[in-house]
Amino acid sequence: MGSQIVSLVVNDQRREFIARPGTSLLSALRESLGLMAAKRGCGQGTCGTCTVLVDDRPVMSCLVAVETIEGASVRTLEGVARGGELDEVQSAFVDGFATQCGFCTAGMIMSAEALLERDPDPSREDVVEAISGNVCRCTGYASIVAAILDAARRRRDAASSGGDAPAVPAGSEAADGAGVR
Amino acid sequence: MNHRVNPIDKSYFAGERRDGDFTVIGSVVQRSDVLGHVTGRTEFFEDLALPDMLHLKMYRSERHHARISGLDVTEALAVPGVVRVLTHADIPNNLYTPLKLIGVGPDDEPILAEDTVRYLGDPICAVIAETEAAAYEGVSRVRVDYTDLPAVFDVEEALAEGAPLVNEYQGQNHFIYEGHHCRRIRFGDVDKAFAEADHVFEWRYQSAPIEQAPAETTGCVVVPQADGRLRVHSDTQACFFTLDNTALILETPFNKLRVVGGTVGGGFGGKVDVVVEPVACVGAMLTGRPVKFVYTRYEEMQVSSPRAAERIYIKDAVMNDGRITGRKVTLYVDAGAYARHSPYGTTKAAAHLPGPYSIPNVWADCHCVFTNRTPSSAMRGFGVTIGDFALETQMDRIARELGMDPLRLRLINAYRDGDMKAHRKIAEGTALVEVIQKAAEMVGHELPDAYRRMSSTHREGR
Repeated sequence: MGSQIVSLVVNDQRREFIARPGTSLLSALRESLGLMAAKRGCGQGTCGTCTVLVDDRPVMSCLVAVETIEGASVRTLEGVARGGELDEVQSAFVDGFATQCGFCTAGMIMSAEALLERDPDPSREDVVEAISGNVCRCTGYASIVAAILDAARRRRDAASSGGDAPAVPAGSEAADGAGVR
Repeated sequence: MNHRVNPIDKSYFAGERRDGDFTVIGSVVQRSDVLGHVTGRTEFFEDLALPDMLHLKMYRSERHHARISGLDVTEALAVPGVVRVLTHADIPNNLYTPLKLIGVGPDDEPILAEDTVRYLGDPICAVIAETEAAAYEGVSRVRVDYTDLPAVFDVEEALAEGAPLVNEYQGQNHFIYEGHHCRRIRFGDVDKAFAEADHVFEWRYQSAPIEQAPAETTGCVVVPQADGRLRVHSDTQACFFTLDNTALILETPFNKLRVVGGTVGGGFGGKVDVVVEPVACVGAMLTGRPVKFVYTRYEEMQVSSPRAAERIYIKDAVMNDGRITGRKVTLYVDAGAYARHSPYGTTKAAAHLPGPYSIPNVWADCHCVFTNRTPSSAMRGFGVTIGDFALETQMDRIARELGMDPLRLRLINAYRDGDMKAHRKIAEGTALVEVIQKAAEMVGHELPDAYRRMSSTHREGR
């Protein structure tokens, strides 16, 4: 079977590219679409650095053959900061010092996004469960878990104040210079 | 800001630096790299898309110790997409050791094996192909005939008479330190201390190799430039160390290389050896195209150099009141098949003895030993951490034997400013006594007045 055109909705944009059957979603994102946030830590589905959302579910993109998800919606870390502003998870990671080397960060944030979309008020145990497939070798788990709980709080607070509140609360350190692109 | 800032007790620094009024310590400073990390825009070496990039994969020894009696790459070259197979004959200066930059020798490690392999995973030849898949296919078609040699995997067996020679460039199964068979400490008279001691305690400690296991595996992309230079995108922890060593291996002036790096997806010491850049550079030079060489997770675990396994014997002369009057240490660092950074790690191990204690009689032999195991190298305080595990376990066991509080045992023996250390340096700026006192206070561990009054600035009764 030869190469075929695959069509995906990536970060709300329809993208088409040519892929050989068996090409991983991770390779397609990185090599065909130039989206480098998802990382190849192991290439065998054990480290979680390649985690992206497929139809809102977190998946290890190194294990997904791209032709099997034709037409699906894919979200990567590149699509998280909307309108050039960090979202609650990103700003909570900044303020909570939840990054070290940064290699697991994309996968951690995507797992957190998936959790908070299905449960806006998770317990600590829920958070630990949600990132159980994401390895942080720098062992920064405590600050990552705290940042995700903080992000949930920020998002609930924003929702209860009418939904128009800025993603980054005024007065927070992250508000300065945190704009992207 | 809703995270906690630890208050800093500045009383110890009164009188220093504007009365200890720190401008950064104790305050919150945003990480300079965090915005890249949380938006996915931090550029790691592999986040580089080059349309004409080739992929390099390594064929590695399947034996622990063997002569290579035949190497056939014909079938590998026949795989569609395979462009070239590199062997030792392609490497300008095939024999090296990374610490040659600071005068450590001899060169003892081939970039690609010549006639002998010395550990399971020793690189033999590199397959360069248009795709990763073709490179792997090529590697699977390399044929090597091995003639097995006896192997040795234990440091003490390696030093025993009649042991197989691991590395003929070294000439014996241990590194030689300025004519000596090991790093030594001779201070006072330990035998006299043992003879006069109330107790003599001797125990043995052993660690396994420990893999750094960074989330991002070791790798590089080498891009030939129009001006003849090579641009090396690497996740090395040591850009200039890599540049200098690679230039020596390529027999090229340093200014022919440009290393782009500094962004490391976890290193922990495991990305200090210069193992991927030289062969990728040769591949780029010979093909004129960008070449990527990145470890698989399996290679990262199997062949990237771990923290050395160590075996440590500690024999102590101890008095009934808890004073340690003599300490004899025999320490073995398992360097694996090649020196890498282990001669330095073993020196660090010796420099760290006998721990932060003032012991009047110290004797130590610290051996850097070659075995047919994966070469070990840098990892987070290598040469020191396993020694600390042994030394502090020794302290706890002595306390248990004497029926003493382990903190009091340490306070009695802790070094103080002005003490002569085993290395014949006067101790200064010591703080162990205060750290133990503070730790005891924080966890509610009661210390008698005499121990709470102890100070690092003077020894009581002196």
